[in-house]
Amino acid sequence: MDIVLLSRWQFALTTIYHFFFVPLTLGLGVYVAVLESMYVKNGKAETKRLTKFWGKLFMINYAMGVVTGLVMEFQFGMNWAGYSRFVGDIFGAPLAIEGLLAFFLESTFLGVWIFGWERISKKLHSAVMWLVAIGGTLSAFFILAANGFMQHPVGFMVNEVRAEMINFGALVTNPRALYLFLHTISSGLVTASFFILGFSAYHLLKKKDEEGFRVSFKMAAIIGFFATLAVIATGDTQGRYLRTVQPMAAAASEAHYVTQDPADFNVIAGFTPDGKTMTWSVKIPKALSLLYYLKPSGSVEGINNIQAQYVQQYGPGDYIPLVALDFWTFRLMVGLGFLMLLITFLVWIYAKRKYPEKGKWLLVLMPITIFFPYLANTAGWVLTETARQPWVVTGLMQTRDAVSPNLTIGTVWISLVGFVVVYAVLMGIDLFLLIRNAKKGLEAGESDSVPLDVAAVEQKSGGK
Amino acid sequence: MTLNILWFILVAVLYIGFFFLEGFDFGVGMLLPLVGKKDEEKRAIINTIGPHWDGNEVWLITAGGATFAAFPNWYAALFSGFYLGFFLLLLALIFRGVAFEFRSKIGSPRWRNTWDVLISVSSFLAAFLLGVVFTNVVKGVPIDANQMYTGSFFTLLNPLAIMGGVAMIVIFMLHGANFLSLKLSDALHERVAKVAKSFWLTTLALAAAYLIWLVFTTNTFMEKGLVGMILPLLAAVSLVLSRLFMGKKEGWAFAMTGLTVFFAVGSLFAALFPNVMVSSTSPDFNLTITNASSSPYTLKVMTIVACIMVPIVLAYQIWTYIVFRKRIKADAKTLTY
Repeated sequence: MDIVLLSRWQFALTTIYHFFFVPLTLGLGVYVAVLESMYVKNGKAETKRLTKFWGKLFMINYAMGVVTGLVMEFQFGMNWAGYSRFVGDIFGAPLAIEGLLAFFLESTFLGVWIFGWERISKKLHSAVMWLVAIGGTLSAFFILAANGFMQHPVGFMVNEVRAEMINFGALVTNPRALYLFLHTISSGLVTASFFILGFSAYHLLKKKDEEGFRVSFKMAAIIGFFATLAVIATGDTQGRYLRTVQPMAAAASEAHYVTQDPADFNVIAGFTPDGKTMTWSVKIPKALSLLYYLKPSGSVEGINNIQAQYVQQYGPGDYIPLVALDFWTFRLMVGLGFLMLLITFLVWIYAKRKYPEKGKWLLVLMPITIFFPYLANTAGWVLTETARQPWVVTGLMQTRDAVSPNLTIGTVWISLVGFVVVYAVLMGIDLFLLIRNAKKGLEAGESDSVPLDVAAVEQKSGGK
Repeated sequence: MTLNILWFILVAVLYIGFFFLEGFDFGVGMLLPLVGKKDEEKRAIINTIGPHWDGNEVWLITAGGATFAAFPNWYAALFSGFYLGFFLLLLALIFRGVAFEFRSKIGSPRWRNTWDVLISVSSFLAAFLLGVVFTNVVKGVPIDANQMYTGSFFTLLNPLAIMGGVAMIVIFMLHGANFLSLKLSDALHERVAKVAKSFWLTTLALAAAYLIWLVFTTNTFMEKGLVGMILPLLAAVSLVLSRLFMGKKEGWAFAMTGLTVFFAVGSLFAALFPNVMVSSTSPDFNLTITNASSSPYTLKVMTIVACIMVPIVLAYQIWTYIVFRKRIKADAKTLTY
C-alpha cells in the first residue's frame, strides 16, 4: 500500500470510529435535556432518576467522542498537509469556529452539569443541559459546513497555489451542507431513540423500574418515528439535490452507467471484482426518473457519460468512484431507514396500547435494533466520502494530491496500527461499561460511579 | 498586515490559555499517585479538576483550529512535520480523557489502579511532548523551500527540546500542586502543600536552566532586545514569588505559577515573532506571519467571530470556577462521583 492509501485507511477508520459516538451524543443530549425539563416541571423523583440514568450513559459516550474528535482535527495537518495548504483558507475557519462557538459551550457546561446537581438551582441546571445539547448541534453544523465544501465547493476562488474564501455567507448557507446537517441531526435523534428503546425494552422485560422506563420508551417511540421520517425526507431531497451538484456520486449510488430518458432503476446488481463495472442487475423501467423527477420521464446522466465529460474538463484520468461500494452502502442505508420507520411505528402503537402481553416479542427485538442506526450512519458516511472520489474537494483537488508529501510509509503504518489497536481496546471497554450501566436500571444514575470494592482491598492488604 | 499580527497574538493567547489551564490539570494528573493514597483521596484530587479538564482541553482544540484557519501553512508544516510526536500526544490525551471517565465506574482496586497509573503517565507524556514541540518550533528545525519539514522524529528529540519537555513537566507539576493546595482540605491539603514547598527548588532550577539554555543558544531572544529578555526573566521572578506565598496565601501562590506559565510560554511566542516556524536549513525558508497566513478576507471574518466569542467563552468559563470554588473534602459521602 502507498502513503495515500494508508492515510485514507487511517482517516476512514478513525472517522467511522469517531462517528460511532457523535450521533448518540447529538440525539441523547436532546433527550436528557427534555427529560430534565420535564423533571423541573413535575418535580417527580422518578423523572430525576430517569434524567440521571440517561445522562450517565451520555457521559460515557461523550468522553469517547471528545478524545476521538481531537484525532480528527490533528489528522488534517498530520496526514493531509497538501489539503490543508490548498483549502486551509476556507476549511480552517469553520473548524476554528466550531471550537470557539460549539466545543467550549458543550464541554464547559457538561462539566457543570455533571458536578453541579447540588451547586446550582434546578432550573439553571436544566438550562445547562440545553446549552450542552445546543453546543453539540452547533458543532455538527460547522463541521458539516466544512464537509459540505468538500462535496460542493462554494464561496471561493482559486488564487494561484490555493483556494481562498471570498464569501463566508455562502460557505455556511451551502445547500449541500444544510442538507447534510438536517440529515445528520435527525439521524442522531434516531440513533438515540433506538438506543433508548433498546435499553428501556430490556428493563421492561425484566420488570425493573417499569414506570420510569415506560416514560422513556414511549417518548423514544414517538420521537423516533418522526425523526426517522425526517431522516428519510431529508435523505430524499438530498439525493435529488446530489444529482445536480455531484452527478457522478448520484450515478454511482444507483449504478446508473448510461444517460437515459426515462431512466431505469437498478434494484439489486452484481459487479466485477474491482467494483467498477456492473455485470447484472434487476431493473424497474423508468423508476429512476420517477425518483428524481417525480414523473416517469426526465434525463438522468450516466457514469460513462460523466466520465467522458470530466476527461474533457479535467484531463485524462479515472473519475469513477467504487461503484459497487456506493451502490450497496446506499441500499443498506435506505433499507435500514424504512425498516426503522416500520419498527418505530409498531412500538409506538404498542406503547399506546399499554404494553399488551401479545406484543412482547417487540420488546425482545428492540435491544438488537440498537445497532441498526449505527449501521445506517456508517453506510451513509462511507457512501458520502467514497462517492466523491477521486476528489477530496469535488472538481478542485484530488485525494492523491492532498496527502502530506514528507511522510514515510513506516510512520503511517505505526500510527495506523497504533490507532487500530488502541481504538479496539477502548471500544471493548466502552461497550462493556455502557452495557453494564444500562443494564443496572435506574439506580445506575444515582451516582456517577461505584464505591471502591473494600472487601477486595482488605483481601489484598491481608495477603501481603 | 495588522490582522496577521493580531492573529499571531490571538493564537499565542489560545496556547497560553491552554497551558495555563490544562497545565494545572496535567500537574494534578501527575501528582495523583504521589498525593492520593486512599481511594476517596484520589477521587477528591480528580474532582478538583473534574468539572474543568474537558473545557480546558478545548483550548487546545481551538488553538489548533485557529492555527489552521489563520495560518494554514503553519498548521500543515507543524502537524505533518512532527507527525509521530503528535501521534503520541494524541494517544496520551485519549488515555487521559477516558481514564477520568472510566476509573470510577467499577469498584475493583486493580481496575482503579490501572486507570490512575494511566492518568499519571499520560499527563507526564503530554506535558513532555508539548515542551518538545514548542521548543523545537522556536529553536528551529530543518524546513525546506516548500515549507516542508525534512527531519525525522529523532531530530525533534535533541537535548534542548528534551530539556524543554522536562521544564514543562516540573512547571506544570508545581502549578498543579498550587492548584490542589487551593482546592483540597484537611490532611490532604497539608500533604499537597508540603509537596509544593519541597518541589519548588527543583522546579526553579530546571525551569531556569531551560530558559537560560534556550535564550543563549538561539539568537531570537537577543534579537528582540529588552522584550525578548524580560519575559523569561519575569517567568523566573514569578516562580520565585510563588514560594513566598506558599502556605500563607495559596490563591496568590497559584496565581504566581500561573504567571510563570504565562510569561514562559509568552516568551516563546515573543521570541518566535514574526516567524511562526524557524527553519534551521536557511532563514529564507522560515514560515512567517505573512507567508504562512490565510487571505485578508478569512482573517477579517475570523477576527469578527473571535471578537464576539472569546469574551463570552471567558465569561462562562470563569463562572464555572466560581460555581465550583469550594474546597473539596476526601469524604466519600460528600464527593460527587
